[in-house]
This record gives sequence, structure tokens and C-alpha cells, in this order.
Amino acid sequence: MKLTLRIWRQDSPAAAGRLVRYDVDDVSPDMSFLEMLDVLNERLTAEGQVPVAFDHDCREGICGACSLMINGVAHGPMRGTATCQLHMRSFRDGDTVFVEPWRARAFPVIRDLVVDRSALDRIIAAGGYITAPTGGAQDGNTVPIPKQDADDAMDAAACIGCGACVAACPNASASLFTASKITHLGLLPQGQPEHVRRVIRMVDQMDLEGFGNCTFHGECQEACPKLISIDTIARMNRDYLRASVRRDGARVRGAEATG
Amino acid sequence: MSTELRAGIPAGPIEQKWDRHRFEMKLVSPANRRRYTVLVVGSGLAGASAAATLAEQGYRVKCFCFQDSPRRAHSIAAQGGINAAKNYQNDGDSVHRLFYDTVKGGDFRAREANVYRLSQLSLGIIDQCVAQGVPFAREYGGLLANRSFGGAQVARTFYARGQTGQQLLLGAYQALERMIALGGVEMLPRSEMLELVLVDGHARGIVVRDLVTGAVTSHVGDAVVLATGGYANVFYLSTNAKGSNTTAIWRAYKKGAAFANPCFTQIHPTCIPVAGEYQSKLTLMSESLRNDGRVWVPRRKGDRRRAKEIPEDERDYFLERKYPSFGNLAPRDIASRAAKEVTDEGRGVGESSRGVYLDFAEAITRLGSDRIRERYGNLFEMYERITDENPYQVPMRIFPAAHYTMGGLWVDYNLMSTIPGLHVAGEANFSDHGANRLGASALMQGLADGYFVVANTIGHYLATNRLAPVDPGQPEFRAAETVVTESTKRFLGIAGSRTVDSFHRELGLLMWDKCGMARSAEGLRQALERIPRIREEFWRDVNVPGSDAELNQALEKAGRVADYLELAELMCIDALHREESCGGHFRVEHQTPDGEALRDDERFAHVAAWEYAGEGRPPVLHKEPLAFEYVPLTQRSYK
Amino acid sequence: MFAFWRSSIGKKVVMAVTGIILVGFVVGHLLGNLLIFRGPDAVNQYAALLRANMGILWAVRIGLLAAAVLHVVAAVQLTWLDRAARPVGYARVRPQASTFASRTIRWGGLVLALFVVFHLLHLTTGTLHPAFDHTDVYGNMIAGFSVWWVALFYLVAMLALGLHLYHGVWSVGRTLGVAPRADRPLKRRLATVLAIVLWLGFSAIPVAVLAGMVR
Ligand SMILES: Cc1cc2nc3c(=O)[nH]c(=O)nc-3n(C[C@H](O)[C@H](O)[C@H](O)COP(=O)(O)OP(=O)(O)OC[C@H]3O[C@@H](n4cnc5c(N)ncnc54)[C@H](O)[C@@H]3O)c2cc1C
Ligand code: HEM
Ligand code: HEM
Ligand code: SF4
Ligand code: F3S
Ligand code: FES
Repeated sequence: MKLTLRIWRQDSPAAAGRLVRYDVDDVSPDMSFLEMLDVLNERLTAEGQVPVAFDHDCREGICGACSLMINGVAHGPMRGTATCQLHMRSFRDGDTVFVEPWRARAFPVIRDLVVDRSALDRIIAAGGYITAPTGGAQDGNTVPIPKQDADDAMDAAACIGCGACVAACPNASASLFTASKITHLGLLPQGQPEHVRRVIRMVDQMDLEGFGNCTFHGECQEACPKLISIDTIARMNRDYLRASVRRDGARVRGAEATG
Repeated sequence: MSTELRAGIPAGPIEQKWDRHRFEMKLVSPANRRRYTVLVVGSGLAGASAAATLAEQGYRVKCFCFQDSPRRAHSIAAQGGINAAKNYQNDGDSVHRLFYDTVKGGDFRAREANVYRLSQLSLGIIDQCVAQGVPFAREYGGLLANRSFGGAQVARTFYARGQTGQQLLLGAYQALERMIALGGVEMLPRSEMLELVLVDGHARGIVVRDLVTGAVTSHVGDAVVLATGGYANVFYLSTNAKGSNTTAIWRAYKKGAAFANPCFTQIHPTCIPVAGEYQSKLTLMSESLRNDGRVWVPRRKGDRRRAKEIPEDERDYFLERKYPSFGNLAPRDIASRAAKEVTDEGRGVGESSRGVYLDFAEAITRLGSDRIRERYGNLFEMYERITDENPYQVPMRIFPAAHYTMGGLWVDYNLMSTIPGLHVAGEANFSDHGANRLGASALMQGLADGYFVVANTIGHYLATNRLAPVDPGQPEFRAAETVVTESTKRFLGIAGSRTVDSFHRELGLLMWDKCGMARSAEGLRQALERIPRIREEFWRDVNVPGSDAELNQALEKAGRVADYLELAELMCIDALHREESCGGHFRVEHQTPDGEALRDDERFAHVAAWEYAGEGRPPVLHKEPLAFEYVPLTQRSYK
Repeated sequence: MFAFWRSSIGKKVVMAVTGIILVGFVVGHLLGNLLIFRGPDAVNQYAALLRANMGILWAVRIGLLAAAVLHVVAAVQLTWLDRAARPVGYARVRPQASTFASRTIRWGGLVLALFVVFHLLHLTTGTLHPAFDHTDVYGNMIAGFSVWWVALFYLVAMLALGLHLYHGVWSVGRTLGVAPRADRPLKRRLATVLAIVLWLGFSAIPVAVLAGMVR
């Protein structure tokens, strides 16, 4: 089939970018979207043009590298699917397809469709972990964890850190990403001792990075390749509210203020 | 420089070697650790766990990866699970049995002492991961669940849905991020190591290219850890992530680190078959599917009927037929080869007829589709997304694909290569899997190496070597930087007519045919004479657009493919030298009457470690003899 | 506390709490206003009753004012925050889940803000009222809504209110994290009912006056 692509091209973070039109034909419905771009890039290279830069690695929907806004939908039209697992059979002959990078102040464009998502790493660094230095762990079965809790934790832990939630959110909010990690660790007994600290520090970091707030538009949940529920955001809000009124919460803040 | 291989295996009974060794190793006092800098290249299971643990101990750590975040390392893609000899299921498992299975599964080409240590450490790994909040599958009682996996007769595999690698890596990544926040680790993502720097014969630094700005910089350290993963992408099409490469270990090899068993590659039996020539990678369907799926092809050649139209008595469940006791769970190399045989006989299925069925009809009637959905739901969805076929109704089509590389840089018991100070962890080293890796053992090895082995042995190295201070201004570093900038300039200067990928595809096909599932002396010789010609054409006619002062993905690929073009040759040399069949290395000249791998323990019970001898000169072979005191050498049989 | 207010979630929680207060008032206010259908005496007695104790009345007024002010301040700040979070927009956006109500909540809020100001000057102080009589609330309404554009503005405002609450009342439970987990979190029952009742209930009054059903 034939498609008309309108792809965002931008040479560098500073440079101004624009949408450039490319016509591609003999696209096979069994190609993945990224393979379609590979083919385009092969052609551009042959024509002595600079190929389109886009992030990708595993091409199995798990590493979270791929990150394309396709026709105004993060990761494209197929629900619960990362860009790399989107196949061309989701498009029809003659379609025009807009391909844009994630857009957010916290995700500056590096080149073409590649953006800097290190803000998400910094949110994790702020508290998205359980302090368990290597060595001291007790036997894995000493603390039983109800299957339901383990399963719910796994649902939230499935986040691949792609940032589609931010891209899709009208407020460019990273609430779903942050909430999924808070929920994952907050549901497990091992996560309790640090829970208050974790919630406060991750949320404060999220604000610091310049993400928007959550108005519950629900776009993030639809865009999420792992279909993580916005219930996690409600949970994060409650946990943050609780943490803020508790004394140990205040202490976390004090600690931050003093350094 | 002539290398001799000192494995440095501690004395004493195998059960006590590691404990004893830990006691005998020298320590660096806590106060002094912050004076040492360790460079960790790689943020996968091995790299992230090593970097985090070393930083926790107080060393200064710099960690590098080429992805935009350490969390995206290829380990994230591991699906099936991780082994540990916990024997929670009380089904007769033990450290010794895991050790035994791994040595035997590796077809007696691994080092007993290392494998035993691995089995011992497997216990602590699970505990560590649970403590970090890895949401392993649980039973209703709240205890950890297990499944049996990839040719094991006990249920010793721990798993987190079909995303075990992801969850384990996130655990290590979170520990890493914590140490980054505490200032213990400096993380440099989007940076690719392009040279190893030796000073007075010791590994003292690396040269990396910042993939965003193109800046080439030197980094100085007291020890270097390479945890850069496997090189299965030498086949172009593999289950590995697109970025997985051999560059780091290859450049180290050219600096003097011996490369062990390069030809030991694993072909995974259950991958989604190739759909077209635009295909960019192959997707693995977790092996756990073989617990409930039955593998078959039509009895009749070129039978083009749809699966459900083929009656039972015209189906050949070839694994169950050939290997009654293991059936569909036969080890990977065996299952893959069996699939190759039947497709070579022209009984393959699917358009390309490069595929065999993996059929769940029987399991669905036995267990009900809900149970199946519970077990494999996300894998079935993945399959349907890619192939547009619903495995609940029509059988999956699968075919073997390049998946894992047992070969890698040679390391001693301390995971140190033949270059003092250069340690190698995870898939990048050759250590524990011999000629074939058992399912769910790579995650185990990566984490054992990172959390528990290098974290201890590096201290010993630092405590026992007096290292002069060095600075990046030194000639050794300047020289290495020039090498890097020169080669980038060279790539960009060629301006030929062919893309990097086209060369990679050509090489991949050649390797798949001649150095893949079945290898022959003749085929390997043909490859050995083709590869240099492809390489020559590459350097004459490749087209790398753009500049070196910006994000340039074509340039990144070019560097990696250039290294694959050299590695491929070494793989074939190694495959040709090893005139036996063992594990994933199958030489058609060496098989039993009924087509099984035929080892030659007299001549080949050794590790083949190759030393770089310089441009255009044949590499020098060093042999590390392997002794089997605890697992008697037997012909592997899964009948 | 200050740090809490500074955080995006903190502000949002303030909006939620003040929102609930405002909802509470509006519900009560509707019931009071509907007395108009019971004839002049009913309304005027009710109004008189309210004025009977000026102390309480003022307490309530101050409370309401505070809530409204906090609500608006937070709203404005969050709106700025969210605008700043995406300096460069998309060439194409295809909403998948968000509702018209959620996307317009800010405009609706703006309309409501304007409305409340006008409304106070109209029916409380009488400043903008053609024939205002402190003792005759009933008459004030009749006279007020007989002016067609006033009535129309009220109807527009009530539509805004309905939409505002269609999203707001659902959202509030999630902002405070009290909403139960749901398989389809985007579904809302209470919010729909409340929004419709308030919208129609309030709108009934100007309509009735215009239609001459109450005079
Ligand atoms: C699809 C799939 C499924 C698998 N499933 C299982 C399973 O179920 N069980 C199991 O035990 N094993 C499984 N494996 C194998 C296992 O995942 C890998 O062997 C293991 O994760 C390797 O980990 P690693 O840390 O050694 O390397 P990787 O995870 O590959 O990490 C390599 C790191 O090195 C970095 N790097 C590489 N080159 C450079 C360079 N030149 N400069 C800078 N950084 C560099 C990368 O950025 C990355 O951070 C699977 C593998 C695949 C492909
Ligand atoms: C006076 C002018 C008003 C303005 C400017 C305004 C503005 C807003 C805005 C912008 C939001 C969304 C906040 C966010 O999610 O970021 C909001 C939410 C809300 N508003 Fe208003 N509003 C106003 C009046 C009212 C009134 C009169 C009521 C009640 C009758 C009300 C009830 C609510 C509720 C319940 C929410 C939901 C809060 C949440 O999501 O937690 N608002 N308002
Ligand atoms: C058609 C709809 C409405 C009618 C007919 C109406 C009518 C009135 C009347 C008659 C009064 C004066 C009462 C008195 O002075 O005793 C009043 C006061 C007021 N109304 Fe409304 N109202 C309507 C809608 C609203 C809405 C939607 C809001 C809020 C968003 C609102 C907020 C107020 C406030 C804050 C006061 C002042 C109360 C006080 O005296 O302290 N009204 N309204
Ligand atoms: S929550 Fe979903 S959309 Fe957001 S980063 Fe995680 S996986 Fe991506
Ligand atoms: S889309 Fe945005 S507003 Fe909230 S619910 Fe999702 S983060
Ligand atoms: S490339 Fe890894 S998730 Fe898409």
C-alpha cells in the first residue's frame, strides 16, 4: 500500500523543526511501523539524504525506547501497544500519517523524533526504589505476600518507562508513570518502611521536572502500552495527602530543605 | 605479548571453593574504597547490579550504556524466568542438581568450579530480588511460585508474568538509581565505549563517544568491568535488541583480551518465523510455551493444508517421537536442530515453509482456555499482534532464531580477562554455560556475576595491585581517542553506494547458513573466504550519511557492523577448529548414526581462547583444559 | 503545609475540597430556589429565614467566599502550570479518552466565575437589577429573568455548571483518592446524575419565568 508520511524533522535541540512530507509505496501490512521507517531510511540514505532519527531497541514492546506520536495518538492507533509492535495493517492504503516526537517541556527534543526522557530516571532516583543493599536479604519466602497484592503490584510494575502517558496527557503530566512505581512498591510489604518518604520525594521531583498536573483526562491510560490504570494516580494522590499530614512526612520535607 | 590462561580455581572440595576463596581474597578497607574508581560498561542485569553493589560498598563508580536510560538494557526483554536451587517445591532440587544440570546441559564445555558457584549464588539472588520488591509470581498462600522451564525436570524457575527480565532489571536499575542519587555512581547514558585503554598492561580506562553530541572523551579508572551483553546480532536477525553489539568486547579483544569459544551460539527453538525481507528482528516466544504446546509438522512433504484440516494421524509430533522422555521440553539446541531437519525435509509450515507448529489445542481442551490465558495471555497477545493469527484458534508457527552467545571474553575464576584489571560479567564473558545455555540461567548468571562475584573479586584485584595514578591527558588516552576519531572520519568519508544495514543483512545470512544451527568444514571455509570480501567491500562502498558531531544512528550502526565483520571471521575459525559437535555447535561431520551431537572429549574437552595477533595475522589459539571431577562425562541423551 | 500547597497534588486537593463545599452550597441553593414554584410567600419566607440570623449568614458567606477564592486561585495556578508543561504543541491530536467536559473545565470555570460576580450584583446586591426590592426575592427573580439576555446568560452559565460538575464531581473522588478501584475508571454515575439535576433544576427557573409559568 501507499502512504503519505508527515514526519517531524529537527536537526538539533536548538534548531527549529518542521513537518516534512515523504511518500512511501509498497508498504506491506505485515511490516511493523518501525520497519516501515527503516525502509524509508534506507531510501533516504540511498538518495544522499539524512535518515530520520527515532529511538528504538528491543522492538518487542518492553524496553520503552520507541516513542512516536502517530496521527495524534501516542504509540499509534492500536490500544495497549508500543510503537514497535504496531503493524502497518492498522493503516489503510492512501492514509496520511503524522509522525511527531513526544511533546513536553520536560522532554526536550534531541533530534527528529528522539527526545530526552531522563526526567523519568530522576523521578525514580528521587525515591522509586526499596533500599536493600546487596547481601542482607532474608529468605524470599519469609514474608508471604497475598497473591492478589503480588498481582496488583505486577500490574503497576509493568510500566516500561516510555513516557507515552506524558505525551498523551493534555497537561503533559507524568502522573501515571510516577503513580505506577509508587503503587508497585507501595503494595508490597518490603515497600512499607520507605513509603512515606518515597511518595513525597517522587511527587516533589515530578513537579520539579516541570510536568503538568493531573486533571483526570484519562488519556494516559488509553495511551499506555501496558494499560496501567489511572486508579494508580488516585492511589498516589491519597498516599501523598496522607504522607503530607503525617509527622514523618514533614520530616522528609525538613530533610530536603536542609539539603 | 603471549597470554597463558590461569583460571585460578581455588583448591579444596567444590562445595567449599567459593567460601574459602572469599576468605583468602584481600580486602580494601572501607575508608580506602572511595579512592578507587571502577568503570562499569553496561547497565543490564550484570552491569547495573555490579555498579550498584560496588557503589554500596563505597567505590566510586562510573556506569555507561548506549540507551537513553540504564533501564532499557537488553536484559529487560527476558521473558521466561530465572533459575534458583531453592527446592521450594520439594521436588528433589538442590545446589548440586542445578550444578549437574548446567554442566550437562552445557554439554561438558563449562568450568565445573564456576558452575558450582553459580548454583550456590542462585539462592541469594532470589532473596535479594524479593527484598528489592521484584513482584515474583506467588501462590495463594503468599509463597513464591515456580515452574519447570527449558528442559529441566524440576520446577526451579522463578518468574514475574512473562516479564521476568524486566522486573529483575528494574530491581537492579532502582538500586542503581538510588546510588546515583547518593552520588556513588555517575551514570553516562547514550554513550558508547569505543576503546579500552591500557597503561603498563593494566586496564585503566575507556574512550566513549557521546551519542548525542558526538564528543569523544576518555574516562580513567582503577578497574574496568565490561557487562555489554551478547553478540547474537552477528546474524543480523536475532532475538536480541537492535542495539546489542560486540563492539566493547571486540575492541578489548584487539587490545589483548582472549576471546573464548566464539562459535558457541544458541539458536532458540521458539521464535516467530520471518515474514519478509524488510524484517528487522525476530521475536522470541518464551520457551515456557513448550510446557503446554505440542510441536508438530505434517507427515507429508509440501502438505499445504491448513493446520486444522490435517488429521491427527497425518501429523508428526517429532519431538515427542524422537525424545520420548523429554518430548516437547527437549533442550534448545536439540529442539532447534530437530525443527531444522523437518523443514529441510520440506515439511515446514507457513508461507516461507520455514516454520513448525506449536499447538495448544490439546492443552486448551485439557485445562480450558482461561488457564491457558492466565499462563500465557500476554505471549498469545504478542503473537497475535505480530502475526495477526489467534493462537487460541490456530496453532502458533515457530522457527529457531539466533538468541544467545555462550562464547565471550575469556575470564578466570574472578571474572578477570587476560588483561589485568579488565573484568567481564554477564553474557559478555564465556563463563558458565559451556556449549549450550539452559533456559532461565542467563539472568541467574548475570545477577550472580554482578551482585556477588565481581563485587567481591574487584576488591581483591585492587588490594593486590599497586596502581600508579593516571590522567586522561596521558599519551595512551590521546592515542585511543585518535583511533576513534580517525575511524569515524573514515566511515563518513567513504560515501559509497550501500547502506550499513545491507552489509549487516548480507553477513547475517552468510553466518546463518554456514555458522548457524549446523556447520560443515566446507561451509565454514566458504564463509572464511567470503567474509573478508564483504569486509573489503564494506570499507570501500558503505554509505554513512550525516556528521560525527551530532546524533547519528547510521554512524553508530556502522561501527558495530564493522566489528561484526571481524568477529564473524573468528567465529568461523573457532567453529572450524572444533572438530566435534557439542551443544549449540553442531558439525555435520560429527554426529551419531541417529543424528545426535557427537562430542570428542579426548581432543576437545577444552576452552578455546583466541588471542588477537594483529591486523591480517591469524589469531593464536590457547587451550584451557577442562576437568570433570564431579559430573562424569557422559553422552548427553534426552531420549 | 506550605510545601503541600506548593505541590501540584496539594493544589489539586485544595480544589477538590473547596469544590465539594461549593457543590454542597449549590445543591442547597437549588432546593431553596425551587421554592419559587411554591409561590411568592414560600420563597420570601425562606429568604427572610436566611436573613433572620445575620451572624450565621455572614459566617456562611465568608466560608463560601474563602472556598471560591482558593478554588479559583488554585485553578489559575494549575492552569498556568499545565500550559507551561507543553510549550510546543502537536500538529495533530486525537483525544482517546478525555471528555468534552474535562477538556473545557477551565473555560467552564471562567464562565462560572463571571456568572457568580454578575449573579451577586444581580440578585444579592441588586446593583445590576432593574427593579430590586430587598424584601421581595420572588419579585426580584421574576423581574430579573424577564430580561431575555439575562435569562439567556443564566442558561449558558447553568450549562457550564453542569459540564463542570460532570467532570468535577467524578474527578474529586480521585483527587482525594477515595474513589474505589474500578475496572473502567472512566465510568461515572453520581457525577452524571448530579450534573443533570443541577443543570436542569437551575435552568427550570429562568425558563419558567420566560415562559410565563410563574409570574
Ligand atoms: C528475547 C530474550 C529473552 C530472554 N529470556 C531469558 C530468560 O527467560 N531467562 C534467562 O535466564 N535469560 C533470558 N535471556 C538471556 C538474557 O536476557 C541475557 O543473556 C542477559 O539479560 C544479558 O544481560 P547482560 O547484563 O549480560 O547484558 P545486557 O542486558 O544485554 O546489557 C548490555 C548493556 O551493555 C551496554 N552496552 C553494550 N555495548 C556497549 C558499548 N559499546 N558501550 C556502552 N555500553 C554498551 C548496553 O547499553 C546495555 O546496558 C533472553 C534473551 C532474549 C534476547
Ligand atoms: C468560580 C469559578 C470556578 C473556576 C474558575 C473553577 C475552575 C476549576 C478548574 C480549572 C477545575 C479543574 C482543576 C484541575 O483538575 O486542574 C475545577 C475543578 C472542580 N470544580 Fe471548579 N471552578 C469554579 C467554580 C466551581 C463551582 C461553583 C463548583 C461547584 C459548584 C466547582 C466545583 C469543582 C469541582 C468539584 C472540581 C473537581 C476538583 C477535582 O478534580 O478534584 N467549581 N474547577
Ligand atoms: C437560575 C439559577 C439561580 C437562581 C434563580 C439564583 C437565585 C439567587 C437569589 C434569588 C439569590 C439571593 C438570595 C438572597 O439574597 O436571599 C442568590 C444568591 C446567591 N447565589 Fe444564586 N441563583 C442561581 C444560581 C446560582 C449558582 C449556579 C450559583 C453558584 C455557582 C449561585 C450562587 C449564589 C450565591 C453565592 C449567592 C449569595 C448568597 C448569599 O446571600 O450569601 N447561584 N441566588
Ligand atoms: S505508565 Fe504506561 S505510558 Fe507511562 S511510562 Fe509507564 S508504560 Fe509508558
Ligand atoms: S491524561 Fe493527564 S490529566 Fe491525568 S489522567 Fe492522565 S495524567
Ligand atoms: S523498541 Fe523497545 S519498546 Fe518499542
